[in-house]
Amino acid sequence: MQPVLEMRGISKTFPGVKALDDVNLTVEPAEILALVGENGAGKSTLMKVLSGVYPHGSYAGCITYEGRPGQFRNISDSERLGIVIIHQELALVPYLSIAENIFLGNEPARFGIIDRGRVSARARELMAMVGLDESPDTLVTHLGVGKQQLVEIAKALSKEVKLLILDEPTASLSETDSEALLQLLLRFKAQGIASILISHKLNEIAKVADRITVLRDGTTVETLDCRSGAVDEDRIIRAMVGRTLENRYPVRTPRIGDLLMEVCGWTVHHPLHGDRAVVRDVSLTLRRGEIVGIAGLMGAGRTELAMSLFGRSYGQGVRGTVRIDGAEVDVSTIDRAIAAGIAYVTEDRKQLGLVLGEDIARNTTLANLPGISTATVIDEEAEQRVAGGYRTKMRIRSFGVTQQTVNLSGGNQQKVVLSKWLFTQPKVLILDEPTRGIDVGAKYEIYSIINELADDGRGVLMISSEMPELLGLCDRIYVMNEGRFVAEFSRAEASQEAIMRAIMRSKGLNG
Amino acid sequence: MTDITMSKSMLPGGDVGGDVGGDTAASEPRGRPGRLPMAQLRTYGLLFALAVITVFFEVATGGVLFQPLNLTNLILQNSYVVVMALGMLLVIVAGHIDLSIGSVVGFVGALAALLMVRFGFDPLSASLLCLAVGAVIGGLQGYFVAYLAIPSFIVTLSGMMVFRGLTQVLLQGTSIGPFPEVFQLLAKGFLSNFAGPATSLLIALVFVASLVGLNWRRRQAQVRTGEAAQSLASFIGRNGVTAVLILAFAWQMSAYRGLPNVLLVLLALVMLYGFVTTRTTIGRRIYALGGNIKAARLSGIKTERLTFLTFANMGALAGLAGMIFVARLNTANSKAGVGLELDVIAACFIGGASAAGGIGKVSGVVIGAFIIGIMNNGMSILGIGVDWQQVIKGVVLLAAVCLDVHNKNNRL
Repeated sequence: MQPVLEMRGISKTFPGVKALDDVNLTVEPAEILALVGENGAGKSTLMKVLSGVYPHGSYAGCITYEGRPGQFRNISDSERLGIVIIHQELALVPYLSIAENIFLGNEPARFGIIDRGRVSARARELMAMVGLDESPDTLVTHLGVGKQQLVEIAKALSKEVKLLILDEPTASLSETDSEALLQLLLRFKAQGIASILISHKLNEIAKVADRITVLRDGTTVETLDCRSGAVDEDRIIRAMVGRTLENRYPVRTPRIGDLLMEVCGWTVHHPLHGDRAVVRDVSLTLRRGEIVGIAGLMGAGRTELAMSLFGRSYGQGVRGTVRIDGAEVDVSTIDRAIAAGIAYVTEDRKQLGLVLGEDIARNTTLANLPGISTATVIDEEAEQRVAGGYRTKMRIRSFGVTQQTVNLSGGNQQKVVLSKWLFTQPKVLILDEPTRGIDVGAKYEIYSIINELADDGRGVLMISSEMPELLGLCDRIYVMNEGRFVAEFSRAEASQEAIMRAIMRSKGLNG
Repeated sequence: MTDITMSKSMLPGGDVGGDVGGDTAASEPRGRPGRLPMAQLRTYGLLFALAVITVFFEVATGGVLFQPLNLTNLILQNSYVVVMALGMLLVIVAGHIDLSIGSVVGFVGALAALLMVRFGFDPLSASLLCLAVGAVIGGLQGYFVAYLAIPSFIVTLSGMMVFRGLTQVLLQGTSIGPFPEVFQLLAKGFLSNFAGPATSLLIALVFVASLVGLNWRRRQAQVRTGEAAQSLASFIGRNGVTAVLILAFAWQMSAYRGLPNVLLVLLALVMLYGFVTTRTTIGRRIYALGGNIKAARLSGIKTERLTFLTFANMGALAGLAGMIFVARLNTANSKAGVGLELDVIAACFIGGASAAGGIGKVSGVVIGAFIIGIMNNGMSILGIGVDWQQVIKGVVLLAAVCLDVHNKNNRL
């Protein structure tokens, strides 16, 4: 039988990065293909190529869809042919009704006047197909995430979908909602609709997938067939992480000292949905001179943990205690957390880390203005001296400390953010994805800086989605999933397989 | 610092040059020492615009603009705009707007009249009370903006209506005046010529000397830290031009009645706010707040309290402006200050403040206020009707902001 979709030799290059390299992917009629891989393996990029977000011509290779070459210039090109993608972040308008959302941009109308009767009738029909039991006039904002997902799927169905792509559809769903969604996929399959399911949850994949294609570092590793019998999860994990570690990390002999920070029973709730715990009863320890990693998938609650520790800058209903040097400290506001000796280097340095319109010096001193002023009057000479000192020490490449940070490269921006926090003289540094979006050469420098921070007797808590980075730098690694710490590994015990296994085995513990 | 050595073989892809190469491209050539930084160019551009407008009206009015009497009037007419523009600058830099200040001027003016004329308060305590009331009004609006997260446009739009209404309530449809002599001195008084007719010139000389001295010290400091300092020639040129302009101004003023009290108040305020915005932690934090509120908050800055304070400050300055306004007219009426907020906001934007927040300088805003003021004054002398005055001011504002946006796009 002719496949629905065939992607051959797809390569996509961004400046300096080869995101996809000769990727092949086939979807047979009425099958569910699972697409798995680590964060950054290229799954989303591949789906963007398929749906036309990256238009034809911006990538190499060819797409054959229903026997014809697919050359999509934009999303509406691919949607017209029945390829519909549902992203992890739902694209619904919260203050429009279910029916209005289903037909958004595609309203049954005559001369621009919407045919309300048809909207309502057709909406009911589609909602029945996805099993959504609500009035079509209900505002989307009043629905839970699970039902919102169903609205998205109904929207896809309204477009005569032939190939449905779901990007981590169950990431934010409860177990029952996830189960219902998977059953829905199986029903679609019976009706002849093919799906591509992107997911980290291997148990779900095992339930519904016909075949599994594994991506790693932008290439297709292999495609496993599940129809002849269940595929071993370990087999999938090995395929996902099978890269060998290269010598990309500076050597360091850890000098680990006394207990520095101790967090007990830390629980945090979602800032809007107060009943949803995002971090659940987490306890951790950190010693002087120690680099401790927190591994986990996106949405595991790592950033939420870090930000809530840093002056409750995330969440509500925060419970738990923090001790530094044996004494309980008050971290209820950001300035108190800073005073207690905690610094948080954000994962989003452009939005949260820097004032981009201001220069290196002003960004460096921002979190510790009293450090360069007497009686609130800033000593500009001292400021230049401090910023210049960090510029030299961190090897920030710029023409001087008066260069605007917006003009710096990612690596140098990160060094400015690090300088800012070092100037607050922290005991504990929480680094959230410290090398995100930084090229390889600069990464090495950041790693060296992190090592030095630890050697100075500080404690470093490091969050990273790049597992090799954690394995290369950390003395100890906590594994976080669904808000909990589910495992802890020493440097010797830690491996990508072990971490992945810990994550996968803990799936669905919270019901 | 450990020595960081990298060999290509160690790094997959051998892309070591990436970061370094990226920097060369990233560092702006025009930002290098020896060239004019963009920010300075903008201040010069503004000064140039002010000069062009001034010369134009000086010629068009046949020399009336710079006559001592008119020059004095120009200062008096614009004093309240400058006073409030200083507060508005902080509000705009923090990323907000205050539409209520015209009404607050009217309200505080009416309150001052009631207190002094009806209830016989002495001018000093009445003035202090009025300042406090202004600050409370600003603080109240700031509370809604900062702590309840209501958009400042809406809060101050209501404030605009509320306080215009309350002004009418206070005045009950009448005008109240005249004010005590002492109070009128705030707007109408002149510094006594204690050293003879050349007093103004003497004061200006002292002022110029200290200004140049301060600039010299700053330059020395820059030289010491090895920062990009201006060349000696440029230093002498700039300070020389400034000194000549100030002395010429004082010379003209001395030909009428000398330096008005208001001018001294203005000078003090401009210097104070210039200092606060550039040299103090609170000023620095307001810029950071407007530049990136999330980054500022995560740096331990209490963004809510800071926003609240900028509004309270704006209110106090609006109160002061209200008192200058009624002292000059010597009567309080319910129309006082109508539309004044527009001139003040226009002065800020012409002066290079960014509507998005984070950008703006006291010097720019003062120049902006004088551009507006000279246009108002010059067009009145030329007999241009209020109708066309509005049109022209509107066009100038739009042109100034277009130019600003253009500059910014080129810079990034």
